[in-house]
Amino acid sequence: MSLSRKEIEKVSHLARLQLSDPELDAMTAQLANVVEYMETLSGLNTDDVEPLAHASDISNVLADDILKPSLSREEALANAPKRDAECYRVPAVLGD
Amino acid sequence: MSLIESTAAQLHRQLTSGNVTSVEVTQSFLDHIQQHDEHYSAFISLNVEAALAQAEDIDRRRASGKPVGALGGLPVAVKDVICTKGQTTTCGSKMLRDFVPPYDATVVCKLKQADGVLLGKTNMDEFAMGSSTENSAFGVTHNPWDRTCVPGGSSGGAAACVAARMAPLSVGTDTGGSIRQPAAFCGVTGMKPTYGRVSRFGLVAFASSLDQIGPIAQTAEDAALLLQALAGHDPNDSTSSSKPVPDFLRAINQPLVGLKIGVIREHFGEGLDDEVAAAVREAVHTYQALGATVSDISLPHNQYAIATYYVIAPSEASSNLARYDGVHYGFRANEAEILETLKQERDTATATNQEATGKELDSELIRMYQRTRSEGFGSEVQRRIMLGVYALSEGYASKYYLKALKVRRLIRQDFDKAFEKVDLIVGPTSPTPAYPIGDKIADPLSMYLGDLYTVSANLAGIAGISIPCGFSKTGLPIGLQLQAPAFEEERLLQAAHMFQQQTDWHTKRPSLKN
Amino acid sequence: MTHDAFQTIIGLEVHVQLQTQTKLFCRCSTAFGAPPNTQTCPVCIGMPGALPVMNGKAYQLALRTAVALHCEIPRFTKWDRKQYYYPDLPKGYQISQFDLPMSQNGHLAISDPSGVFEPKKVGIIRAHLEDDAGKSMHDEAASKADSRIDLNRTGTPLLEIVSEPDMRSAAEARAYLSELKLLLMYLDVSDCNMQEGSLRVDANINLHLETSHGKVATPIVEVKNMNSFRAVERALSYEAGRQFELWEERHIQLGGPGGHKTTRGWDDEVQVTRPQREKEESSDYRYFPDPDLVPVITETDHVEEVRRNLDELPAAIRKRLESKYKITSYDTDVIVNQGRDFVDFYVTVAESCGDGKRASNWLQQDVLRTLKEAELSIEEFPVSADSLGDLLNRVSAGDLDNSRAKDVFSRMFNEQESVEEAMSALGIVKVDTSALESLCRELVTANPKVVADVQEGKSQAIGALIGQARKQNSNANPAEVKRICLKIIASL
Repeated sequence: MSLSRKEIEKVSHLARLQLSDPELDAMTAQLANVVEYMETLSGLNTDDVEPLAHASDISNVLADDILKPSLSREEALANAPKRDAECYRVPAVLGD
Repeated sequence: MSLIESTAAQLHRQLTSGNVTSVEVTQSFLDHIQQHDEHYSAFISLNVEAALAQAEDIDRRRASGKPVGALGGLPVAVKDVICTKGQTTTCGSKMLRDFVPPYDATVVCKLKQADGVLLGKTNMDEFAMGSSTENSAFGVTHNPWDRTCVPGGSSGGAAACVAARMAPLSVGTDTGGSIRQPAAFCGVTGMKPTYGRVSRFGLVAFASSLDQIGPIAQTAEDAALLLQALAGHDPNDSTSSSKPVPDFLRAINQPLVGLKIGVIREHFGEGLDDEVAAAVREAVHTYQALGATVSDISLPHNQYAIATYYVIAPSEASSNLARYDGVHYGFRANEAEILETLKQERDTATATNQEATGKELDSELIRMYQRTRSEGFGSEVQRRIMLGVYALSEGYASKYYLKALKVRRLIRQDFDKAFEKVDLIVGPTSPTPAYPIGDKIADPLSMYLGDLYTVSANLAGIAGISIPCGFSKTGLPIGLQLQAPAFEEERLLQAAHMFQQQTDWHTKRPSLKN
Repeated sequence: MTHDAFQTIIGLEVHVQLQTQTKLFCRCSTAFGAPPNTQTCPVCIGMPGALPVMNGKAYQLALRTAVALHCEIPRFTKWDRKQYYYPDLPKGYQISQFDLPMSQNGHLAISDPSGVFEPKKVGIIRAHLEDDAGKSMHDEAASKADSRIDLNRTGTPLLEIVSEPDMRSAAEARAYLSELKLLLMYLDVSDCNMQEGSLRVDANINLHLETSHGKVATPIVEVKNMNSFRAVERALSYEAGRQFELWEERHIQLGGPGGHKTTRGWDDEVQVTRPQREKEESSDYRYFPDPDLVPVITETDHVEEVRRNLDELPAAIRKRLESKYKITSYDTDVIVNQGRDFVDFYVTVAESCGDGKRASNWLQQDVLRTLKEAELSIEEFPVSADSLGDLLNRVSAGDLDNSRAKDVFSRMFNEQESVEEAMSALGIVKVDTSALESLCRELVTANPKVVADVQEGKSQAIGALIGQARKQNSNANPAEVKRICLKIIASL
């Protein structure tokens, strides 16, 4: 199965990437190639295999509910591309 | 021997005995960097003043008999994917060109506590995605053995700076081979410790279940010195192991008796360069001569490792990189231009009455996200994000992501079985020596296939090390990979040290261009 | 709203902020109302390199709640990333739970003492632990097309409690919410302050209708922006009516053309629901296990220990009060709704005076009224349960009539006096029986008209004698005066 350009467009929107037409074409070709390679996995029977999301077998890492200092507002906002004295600023959020 | 030609262990002895000061050592590496790095681009940023101030402080403490940390004033280079408070941490990306973290990564705290002098931040493939350090927004790093070749990646700068004697010690990160493969390409020693051995807190994530910080150095002994400073449990990283950290330096001098080595049959198949194969076989003979027994082993699912890795790593990456959206830090695309474009599109839509068809245009906010990410990320990062989003998206997640997690278990089980028979698995680090810059950049899949021997250690969470084991006819280094079960870094370092006592590949240095 | 023509189907999703000092994945404060962006750190800002570590207290509070909701607690649970873009979601994903939530398959019993609906169990599909987002504020003052983002709330622990679509009316939905809130208060896991957003409700509602073609369902609507329980009740009543009208008009069915799920917001001022802009691609959150976190294993022993250590909960308390103190379900409801401290107060009073009904009446009328007027909580109430019990005991013993008792109570509260002190300050002493009898004889003799009226059967005429008796001796117990006077008249 190969990847269609329409799928790539949908994925680019989900990924919040804006690709030009030539970029979409190139991306479609490159990813189709890679995805085809991924298909080798389909040949392997994994019916009775439990997924392994993590190589470590650690569990129950829970921290005490004890306050630690937060960043100052200045430190928190220092890297913001756009801000005012108190908040991050973004183009209007629509909806609510 | 000049200071910069010495190993970290030699420098450490000189520092400790007071024969040389940390300022002198630091200054000579800084001088060497300033003299040569314009031709190699191993560093993205340098810490000249802070490094010298740190060195001075250490010297002062040593002179007045106060305690000095385990690194004793040795300079250390840090890959620019590890957060340093008050100093830019770019991840090799335009997206984070001006990002100044308000905190230090745990390993940076540990380096400072151990009195490692932070020289600067090394170049890398953007967000650690790549195997050649060609994907950096700050220029390509060149291989010190041949400027026309790649240094490997993603820790290309980290490996190149050790090879070029710009730093005695260097901290890299390895998600699918990103320490071991550049170490092999640059003829240095590089270790990916067990997942959980070194804290990831402050390491900017590429693929969280695979990323691991590790040492790059000239020798196994130097790597042991640095790993000692880096390793240990961190309550700020839920995936960090609380297993006690052994004394690596002490262990290293105890030779392994009755060592059983496994050679992976599948590794000597198609795609392996003849010179690499020969060097690796020769290395195996060296171990035999040292008393090791060698047996053939099979990792039957290794053939699926690349496909598995290139589903899991991009999936996690697509999520880890969602945060770069131009809102809270980092790059944001020019809003005036976005507004102008949207206005034009709206005018066109009105003129052609497209609105009546119900096709709604993106909001300014969505456009801001899209432009920011398209302009801020390079093409390889965009490809991996796309791949990851696709592999996790509705209708495909079970076919790709979930399937890959299942194969990941099979790959781990292969290792578990193999390690019932052998103590170490030995093989090539990379199918070829370093290749020319530009050779594979247009063909992502061929680049990915170069990670064939390294990705499975990350998938399985085990430890691996690459050490120099020869040179190609064109004078490029060849790396030998040793792999050990989880939390057996000691064994890896011992075996690597044994090898380096018998061979001198690790002592060879390139001559640099001025 | 009930309607013969259709059945309303309601399921509720409740988000509760858990009462921890610190956030779910970092140790920043969760306190409400701090100046914007003063309670954040690299972890909750989602800065590159920062990693989450789960708050153990948050997990324990969530577990306690799940156990109280009779949920199954699987041994293994994990956290997943739910991915979408929003400026108040700095990581680009919410850390939530997808396929293996920490609890599932529970229930909450609801009932209505006034009998509007039959008692029932509302199923709980799941309760899972996740982190909250920050706040986006549209900057209207500046009249610019900008939103301002405050991340103080980002990372506050939330328990999402998802009910089965088991409710059949807005009244049932309200009862479910009230009962859930009460339970959460008794469990001491949340302050449930809706104004501050500690408890938030979304509802899914549609109608089942009988038609000539059989049973049909209207499209499901998710209703948001309901800021009080009353708003929930009104919004759902409104929405049921709206869906019915729409059905009559257009006959759009669930799953049919135009029958997909939509979102509407409640406008409390105009009392209508309005369509909301849908969050984009909401159907593709690309959930996967968060690799920065590790699973939590909860052994059965631990679950049992949590169960054993649960304090008595509202449903059980109601049952106990009803059977032990013989009060009505309406009365127990009022008492239990006031919270655990009030229940304890009631039990002490009832035990001390030996009359649960009297204690209940006093608490519901005098105590609650006084608390409300003085804006006090029961813990702050200056009259102890023991001394109120003492007072009521005297009423039961006939030492004091109800109206004098109220005067005493008033002094006990206002002057912080004991029962004795208040009574003596009011000059209340018990009139002995012989003095009372002679007083009654005098009154009977002096009031032949009243006597005649009583003898003709107008027994209420006796009230005049009681009034006169109280004028002469304010301590005269009206019931006693009545009893003695009637006895004397009868013997004439």
